[in-house]
Formats: sequence, structure tokens, C-alpha cells
Amino acid sequence: MTDTNTTTASAAESGAERPILEIKDLQVGFQTQNGMVTAVDGVNLTLYRGQSLAIVGESGSGKSTTAHAIINLLPGTGRITRGQILLDGKDLTKVSKREMESIRGRQVGFVPQDPMSNLNPVWSVGFQVEEAIRANGVAKGKQAVRERAIQVLKQAGLQDAERRLKQYPHQFSGGMRQRVLIGIGLSADPQLLIADEPTSALDVTVQRVILDHLETLTRDLGTTLVFITHDLGLAAERAEQLVVMYKGRIVESGPSVEILQNPQHPYTKRLVAAAPSLASRRIEASASLDQAETDLTGDVAGDSLDLVATLEARHDTDSVAAAKESAIIVEDLTKVYKIRGSGDFTAVDKVSFQIPRGTTMALVGESGSGKSTVAKMLLKLEEPTSGEITIDGKRLNGLSSKDAFALRSRMQPVFQDPYGSLNPLMNIGNLIAEPMKVHKFGDRDSRRARVHELLDQVSLPTSLVTRYPNELSGGQRQRIAIARALALKPDIVVLDEAVSALDVLVQAQILRLLADLQAELDLTYLFITHDLAVVRVIADNVAVMQKGRIVETATTDEVFGNPTQQYTRDLLAAIPGANIPLGL
Amino acid sequence: MSSNTRSNAAHYVAPIEETPLVAVDSVKASGRVSNLWTDAWADLRKRPMFWISSVLIVLITFVALFPGLFTSEPPSSGCYLENSNGGPEAGHPLGFTKQGCDVFSRIVHGAATSLSVGIIVTILILVLGITFGALAGFYGGWVDSVLSRVGDIFFSIPYILAAVVVMSVLSQYRNVFVIALAIGLFAWPSTSRVLRAEILRVKNSDYVMSATAIGVSRFKILLRHVLPNSIAPVIVVTTIGLAGAIVAEATLSFLGVGLPNTIMSWGNDISAAQRDLRNNPMTLIYPSIALSLTVLSFIMLGEVLRDALDPKARATR
Repeated sequence: MTDTNTTTASAAESGAERPILEIKDLQVGFQTQNGMVTAVDGVNLTLYRGQSLAIVGESGSGKSTTAHAIINLLPGTGRITRGQILLDGKDLTKVSKREMESIRGRQVGFVPQDPMSNLNPVWSVGFQVEEAIRANGVAKGKQAVRERAIQVLKQAGLQDAERRLKQYPHQFSGGMRQRVLIGIGLSADPQLLIADEPTSALDVTVQRVILDHLETLTRDLGTTLVFITHDLGLAAERAEQLVVMYKGRIVESGPSVEILQNPQHPYTKRLVAAAPSLASRRIEASASLDQAETDLTGDVAGDSLDLVATLEARHDTDSVAAAKESAIIVEDLTKVYKIRGSGDFTAVDKVSFQIPRGTTMALVGESGSGKSTVAKMLLKLEEPTSGEITIDGKRLNGLSSKDAFALRSRMQPVFQDPYGSLNPLMNIGNLIAEPMKVHKFGDRDSRRARVHELLDQVSLPTSLVTRYPNELSGGQRQRIAIARALALKPDIVVLDEAVSALDVLVQAQILRLLADLQAELDLTYLFITHDLAVVRVIADNVAVMQKGRIVETATTDEVFGNPTQQYTRDLLAAIPGANIPLGL
Repeated sequence: MSSNTRSNAAHYVAPIEETPLVAVDSVKASGRVSNLWTDAWADLRKRPMFWISSVLIVLITFVALFPGLFTSEPPSSGCYLENSNGGPEAGHPLGFTKQGCDVFSRIVHGAATSLSVGIIVTILILVLGITFGALAGFYGGWVDSVLSRVGDIFFSIPYILAAVVVMSVLSQYRNVFVIALAIGLFAWPSTSRVLRAEILRVKNSDYVMSATAIGVSRFKILLRHVLPNSIAPVIVVTTIGLAGAIVAEATLSFLGVGLPNTIMSWGNDISAAQRDLRNNPMTLIYPSIALSLTVLSFIMLGEVLRDALDPKARATR
């Protein structure tokens, strides 16, 4: 460890320091049936020892491809078609396979994205850490390897490392697995660590702890960090340098704080406007200064992408918020699952809340908090163990099947996965018309007219009716799902993580669409999410769930301004970007 | 201290002309309509294997339907012993068997037998396999336990063996339908297993949950959403199963427990020819080629269908 520090210091003292990583005019292409497709083009970046750099972009922007190109782990037919990657002066595009293998792990560590699938389930965690140590030649001999493995896991922040070595990945939580992967990535003290969305699959509070730990670790070891993320707020908080990628090119790069405070490229401006974590900060700022910044984006399409503008639009229409009756009343709702061998598991524990008509209630919680189970019980996809749900004055319990069927038309869902929630073999027209057919709503012609009207409402061309979902992007599919949900003119829409799988700009667009539709149609939303930052933009009231219970219920402003529970405060603190001084 | 040498910290902005902004999430639906079936068709069209097997199958079907167009010999025409083991001659391109029957004519008329057994068995497999597999997979619980155990019982008996027994018992009713029934009755469990597994996967998808939330009834969900999305592997298995049925019929006839000699069948021909293998091997080889070619066509078709219909296989290509 001290070694690395001294070399850094001596190199710095010698004046002209050689960068640890220098990428020059990198171009990466993928061979497809239609010839070579360029995924990354003209990427230049320079990184010095001990620095940290974040590459930010949406899916398909080429951020992961750039990172994978560094250690030559390009998937499938991808290859570097131009440019140089200099690691400490050595061109990695020209080294042999063997040499590359010795560079991976020893000089460049890698932390993959998905902790759930990147550990082999049939081998113990200890075996996998020891394998990495042996492969990198860090230690030799059974005892030495084992000791190093324990040291690595301890370093990665796993308590009780000796015992943990014998355990298997399924006995670890997602956060613990990611710690193991970070441990493996750092096991050979590499000079450079590439972390590809290391915490995207984790809960925010776990994300925070892991990233704090990674930060301390890389600082202590003097490791240079390349960090890939889709979250601009997270990137700016965790890295000194920022590279924003868009369609395979770098559109803006420089010091994080400066880019965030003073974005120049219109794309970066859009990203800043649409990032929920930053929007949350900006709302805070504008509330205290009592001034709104809506001219941030500057381009025509920008307004619908600006989350602060969305919030303001919502507030403008929310004039008659007071004294409304409740569309949904949930009382003491409990769901107990019987688990073979280990007794009962209470997924939802005496949950009570009310949603006033025409408002949005956000149900926030981390994975396993029971928030989706509440939604499923509301939608009658799961039977409650006990408790009462009242919708529009009608109790769900003991409802005749005819009344229950009628109630389904009043309340419609939009689910999380835009790729899974539309039947791939039905065309868009039939998908949107299906609820109307099932509920015998109108005749053929009026249904067709309604489908066109709905497509219009969700801003999609009516020519899509004969098309199939696989031709559409995730955001467009989610629009179809919304149109389908609105087909029967329901009063209530249950949005179960409806924007969580989308890229930030698309997410911002859909959030705006939802806000506009609510104002237009007086809809009541139950908005289920793990992302508190989004809640601030879309919700009137918030209920925070933890381990099956609601720990805090209040208006959105109260929850953000004055949280009463420690858990809520932890969640709020875990929103990335909280420590960034914003110049807005 | 080294900050002065680290000059890269400059704020770089790409020229906007080089990185133009595109509208967020704009719709790019142009060109042909695309779903699983149209994509599979587009994929199949490009494969020579698909065309070779399809042309062969169409040809065999044509021969089976209109044998008169290919041979002037009527099926019931007697065999004349004076032609015994005769070589090829005008109107009889493949020569004669030991009994003096025209080899080519027998092959042409045998096509109908093989194909009808194959098709009847396939219909049986589809009806039984889809009913059992779909109900077991979709409803689960005791329905699954009962139906799957019934399937397992049939699965545990090799269908050739079972058919031998059935055909021996029903020896006085040997015809195309009975032999197809004997094969089909024991061949469906593999289809039902494939479908059940696929339905178990599909029934947990979000679009099924979404349909439930809309209020679609369970049975309609099965028919409209689950079955169409799980039928692709069944089509593949069934195409290959059709080939299996043709082989099974030939095997049974060869063993002497299949069709009687009065019905022209490639299995019977091969069986008769083996007794005379040394003197006239071609009488064995010609019907064998016909059988292999037919079976191969269906297996090839099944294989290309598998490649075209399996999205996972496509993704890795």
C-alpha cells in the first residue's frame, strides 16, 4: 500500500507526471449482419494516479463499452477499430492475449455490475476469492492464499471473514456480494480499478455504504478509480472528474462540480434537468430561495424533461387539493406468507393509509419492504391475510365476483418491466383495446376511436396500432402500458415502479406525462418506488415502508423538510448528490 | 502539489455540430411489421436448409396425394413372377422385387401410408400433449400432479414396445388408423412435458399479471396470452416427432407387427427385401432412401424452426 503512495509522490515530484491511463481517439465497433456498427467513437481521456473519474451516460451511450475496451473484455463481436489505450505508457490495444491476462486483475481490477450473477453459485465465496488471488499470483501456498483472502474480505468490509469464506453466494445479501466482488477486484492491489455500475442493483442505503467504503479503500490504497454510472448526481458526488457520453461520443468532460454547476452542452443540460437526485436538490434550493430555475435546458423539448418544471406544473393545477374524500382507504392490511420449513413471513404488517381523490401517494421502500405486495393486494392479485381495503367506498373483502370484476375497471395497473408487461404476440391496437373488450366497453368502432385517442394522449403516433411491442423502446412500451391502463377511464392507477427501469431522460418524460394526465383526467395515483428523489417530483403524500410496516406518513414537503424517523433520514441522506454544492 | 502538471482538468465541451441532439425516445417504427412469427419467417427465408426441407416435404406430399401422376401402375396391380428380380426397364425405372412387383410403384404408393401415419400421430400428439401440458402447467396443484403422473406412466413405456403390444392384441384390425393410434397414444408425453415447462415460465410473466389485473378470466388468459407464447417449442418438437412416427410405423411393419402386406408401406418393403438382400440389394436400398429422405426432411425442418423460433439462439448469433 505504502509502495503505491511513494511512487505517486516521487512521480509527482519529478514534475512531468505520466498519466496512469490515457485513451486516445478510441473507436470501438461491433460486427453485425449489416456491417460494422460503431459503438464508441473518438473518445479521449486522461487520468492521473489516485484520481477518480466517472463516465456518465444513458444505456447505449457507450460508457460500459469504453470501460470494457480498456481491459479488452468487449462482448461478442466487439473490437477496437482505432485509437490507443495507454496504461502507464503501455498500449493495451497491442498486447497479446497472455499479456492481457496478466494485466487484468494485477494492474487493472474490475468490479462488475450485477452482484447477483457475477459470483458462481456452486463454489464457496472463499474459493472464488482465493481463485482470484492465485490467478494474480499475489500469494502462494495454501495458507498464504487463505490469509490473503481473509484480509481481502476484511478490507472489503465483511465482518467475520474467516467464517464467511466457507459460505456460498446465496447466503450473502446483494450488498455483501458486491463487497466480495470489490474485494476480488482489489485483491491484487491494482493501480486502476474499473467499477461498472457497481451499485445499480442495490438499495440506496446499501449503495451509500458500499460507495463510502470503496472511496475510503481506493484512497488508502492509492488506487485510481474509473466509475461508470447512469446517475449524474452519483457520479458527481463520487468522482473528481466527469465524462458525459452520448451516442458513443464524449459530449462534455471536466471537473465534476463545474460540469454540474455550469453544464455547457445541451445534452448535459438535459441530463442535469432530468436527474431526479439533482432535481430534488434543486427543489430544495428553489424552496429556500423562493425562486425557480426552469430555463436551465434552453431547448424546445427541454421543458418536458425538466423535473422541476414538472413539479411546478403539478402545483399549478393542484389548486383544489383541500377536503377531498378518499379514493382508497387501507386499514391494518397484513399479508403473511407461509414458508416451508421456516414458519411464517410477514411481508406486510398492519399497513394503513388513505389516498385523497385526485392526488398521488408514494409508497417508498427498499427491496423486501412489502411495497409491491401492498399493490398486489390492492389490485386483487394477492389475497390479504387480514385487514380492510376500501376503494370508492366499496370494501374489497367479500365483494361478489361480479362487483370485483366491475371494480377492476375503476383501478388499473402499470408495472415495472416495460419489456415483460406487454404480450409480445399482440399488436399495440389489440393491447390497448383488450381491457375494453374484456369489460364490453363500446363497440368495435368506438373502441378503435378510443385507441387512437389514447395513443394521442400518451404522445405516440396512431400508426403504431398494427405494430408489435418488440419494435418499441422501454419508454414507448411504458406509454403503451399507460394508455392500456387508461382505456377504461379508471379513477385510480397503481404505478408499481413504473419508471424505475427507464433511462433518466425517458423517465423525466414519463413523469411529466403522468403529471399531465393526472391534471387532465383527475386521476388518483398510488406510486410505488424505491427512489425517494422521484417521489419529490410526483407525489403529494409519502408513506415510507420498512420491513412490512409503514414507518412514516406525511406530505411530501414534510417528509423531505422535516423527517421524523431515522430510517427516513437515512433514505434521504442516501439520495446521491446531497453533498454537491449546486450553483443553481 | 502535482496539480499544475495535471492539465487535463480543463472543462471540455464537444462541438454541438459533431454531437447533435436527437429527440428523446422518438418512435422509429418503419419498415415491416415485426413480431415473433414475422421475425421467424424473415429468418427462415434466408436459410437454404429451410427451402431444401420444405421443397422435399411438398414433393413427398404431392406424391402421396397424387400417386397416379408419378406411376402408371395402379396400387393393386398384381406382381408377376416372371419379372422376379428384374432390372430396370422402360416404365419400371427401379426394377422389380423377388415377387415381381414394380419397386418404383411401391415406393410411390407407400408415401401416402407413411405420411398419413405421420400426420395422424402428430394430430393425436398435439391434441393430447397440448391438453395435458397446458392444463397441468397452467393450473398447477392437484391438476398438475394428476395429469403429470398420467403422462409419466405413458412416458415410462417406450412407445415402440407399447405399439408392438397394442398391434399384437389388435392383430385383426391392422390398418393405418390403428397403427397411428398405437404410436400416438404413447408418444404424446414428451410434447406435453415441453409445453408444461414453457407454460410454467410464461405464466409468471408480467403480461399475465397485467391481464389478471384487467379482469381477464383464467381460462381466457391461458388461451389468449399463455398458449400463443408457449407454443413455439411444441411446433419444433412436433415436427421432429412426425419424423419419429414415420420411423415407428416402418419399424413396426418391418417387425411384422405393423401394417399387413396388403397395404403398401416402406417398412413392409424393407422387410420383404431383406430376405433377398444378397441377390437384389437395390430393392432394400430404394425404399430405405425414400424413408430416410422423408424423415430427414422433417428433422431438418424441425431444426431450422428451432433456430428461427428460439429468441435466445437468435440473440447469440
